[in-house]
Amino acid sequence: MVRNTLKALAVIGGLLAASALPAAAAGPYVPIPDTRFSFDGIFGAFDRASAQRGFQVYKETCAACHGMRLLSYRHLRELGFTEQQVAAIASQFQVVDGPNDEGQMFERPARASDRFRSPFPNRQAARAANNGAYPVDLSIITKARAGGADYIYALLTGYQDPPPGVEMMEGMHYNRYFPGHMIAMARPLMPDQVTFADGTPATVENMARDVTTFLAWAAEPELEQRRAMGVKVILFLTVLAGLVYAVKRRIWADVH
Amino acid sequence: MAIGLHDSDFKNPVVRWIDQRMPVFTLMQKEYGSFPTPRNFNYFWNFGALAMVNLMIMIATGVFLAMHYTPHTAYAFDSVDRIMRDVNFGWLIRYVHMNGAHMFFIVVFIHIWRGMYYGSYKAPRELLWILGVIIFLLMMATAFMGYVLPWGQMSFWGATVITNLFSAFPIVGDWIVSLLWGGFSVDNPTLNRFFALHYLLPFLIVGVVFLHVVALHITGSNNPLGVEPKGPKDTLPFHPYYTAKDSFGLVIYFIVFAALVFFAPNILGHAENNIPADPLVTPPHIVPEWYFLAFYAILRAVPDKLGGVLLMFGAIAVLFVLPWLDRSPVRSMRFRPMARIAFLLWTVSFFVLTYCGAMPADEPYVTISRFATAYYFAYFLVILPLLGRLEKPLPLPESISRAVLGGGGGPLPAGAAAKPMEKA
Repeated sequence: MVRNTLKALAVIGGLLAASALPAAAAGPYVPIPDTRFSFDGIFGAFDRASAQRGFQVYKETCAACHGMRLLSYRHLRELGFTEQQVAAIASQFQVVDGPNDEGQMFERPARASDRFRSPFPNRQAARAANNGAYPVDLSIITKARAGGADYIYALLTGYQDPPPGVEMMEGMHYNRYFPGHMIAMARPLMPDQVTFADGTPATVENMARDVTTFLAWAAEPELEQRRAMGVKVILFLTVLAGLVYAVKRRIWADVH
Repeated sequence: MAIGLHDSDFKNPVVRWIDQRMPVFTLMQKEYGSFPTPRNFNYFWNFGALAMVNLMIMIATGVFLAMHYTPHTAYAFDSVDRIMRDVNFGWLIRYVHMNGAHMFFIVVFIHIWRGMYYGSYKAPRELLWILGVIIFLLMMATAFMGYVLPWGQMSFWGATVITNLFSAFPIVGDWIVSLLWGGFSVDNPTLNRFFALHYLLPFLIVGVVFLHVVALHITGSNNPLGVEPKGPKDTLPFHPYYTAKDSFGLVIYFIVFAALVFFAPNILGHAENNIPADPLVTPPHIVPEWYFLAFYAILRAVPDKLGGVLLMFGAIAVLFVLPWLDRSPVRSMRFRPMARIAFLLWTVSFFVLTYCGAMPADEPYVTISRFATAYYFAYFLVILPLLGRLEKPLPLPESISRAVLGGGGGPLPAGAAAKPMEKA
């Protein structure tokens, strides 16, 4: 019954949302395929092993250009890393601190409490190093793109040769799912680009799935707690609705 | 009883002592206890109470958000993310506030629709209705400014587009726009004043809601038959009958609210607003929140900027004079076969406008918007005034109790028999 209620609500929500959906961007529209993730559905949860591998992919590949400035290293504890592991991860990065007692800024290894170090000191430096294109911050990227995690996975696996007749601009790459299909980011994932400690084969699909899981967690770290709380709240309210309705019927019994 | 003290009916000595000096208990008992309320409300009459609860939820969550939010262009976006990530249950407070705005508009739209269908705006409730339209206007301003605060792309560009509308007015236009901006573009002063006003306006809404309730308790509520109660047989005390009925509606409302907050908190928002505001990058489509789309479609349906702005504001302004446009003495559309169809078509035109507002300003949406806009206004300015003269309403029931209780003696009037009141 709860399930049906939720389904009905989802349908209502969907109808409401449909009226608010922005139109597709210019260019031939390619529907984003629905990818199954560990965190799909009401009872879905982030696959921790996958998210940890995803962090490795981010750290060794994406982080060369993309920052995640809204996250702190300490947040990685939620992915199952121990306090020592987090401290070790953080200490690999040098961050600027200061000023010290002499008034000088200085570099020191990052601590768990530090924000993720961004690869570029500012937006201009990021553009200058990337042919004028700005590598976006990935902290909440799955919330910031229509299609969410499905879109990110599709984008990472959507690189291909341009179809015949399509003239590519200088320094651009063809991607099946990018709006307009011309993306400045070169294909980021190549087979066996990283080596996973748990022996998972580093195929493009595996890496894309893992890093998407990591990014989805980074964007919505509250997701599991939120849904768990939601199930309890809705169950409680459904029972309460029955009780209140019974009371109402009782009170109104003598009126009809 | 000592001179100067209120004559209290309360037995409890503490309550009595207070009530004699400040009769708030008597007042509550009169206005929410024994208050005579038509016995035939259907569930549409829950939505006023729901709106009141929703307002309280918005203020409560908003106060806590304000404790953690930083109204500065350089920090606003990050401070909102920090609320989501690091503040204890910050994600819950913010998602309740965010989806509370959506729920508020759903509830108020239904509340207004109810008033229009059952003719609640007609004499003697004109002022009650006007106060309601003022609340609606204040709500729209509050929601608009609240949407700017997270300082995402849609916040910034929405603010730019909407504030720029005022520049269409001759002579004072540019002055108004500079005043809204606090400068020469949407920037930090804009964000600061929007934050201050977003905090202030809800309390003005509370004030007008108070007046709305005062006016309601003078005229009493309308009801689905639109026939005034003629005596005690037609009414029930507000408590426990309608407190019980409102409670049930409230729990259902909470279930819908919770489904949004916990399982689809971003479904009614725009992904674009999770990108920090960038004055140098225009989003592909600048679209307001869903509750403004109908008015946005009216704006875009007019090829002239000033005309579009006037028509958009006119779409709401016309509600103020609705009590005088509709001259039919019959309130409820149940007894107005022609007006009923015209009004349901008006409802369709509102949905069509909402849909077109979400679409790009291209064909066929512009033409469809024009037809829907024309009907939106024609309903108020042509159809209702004409129907007031031409329409022959169905016979009204003699009284609420006759219609509701059926065989209470004597033959039923045809109208009541044809349209039996559902037992709610």
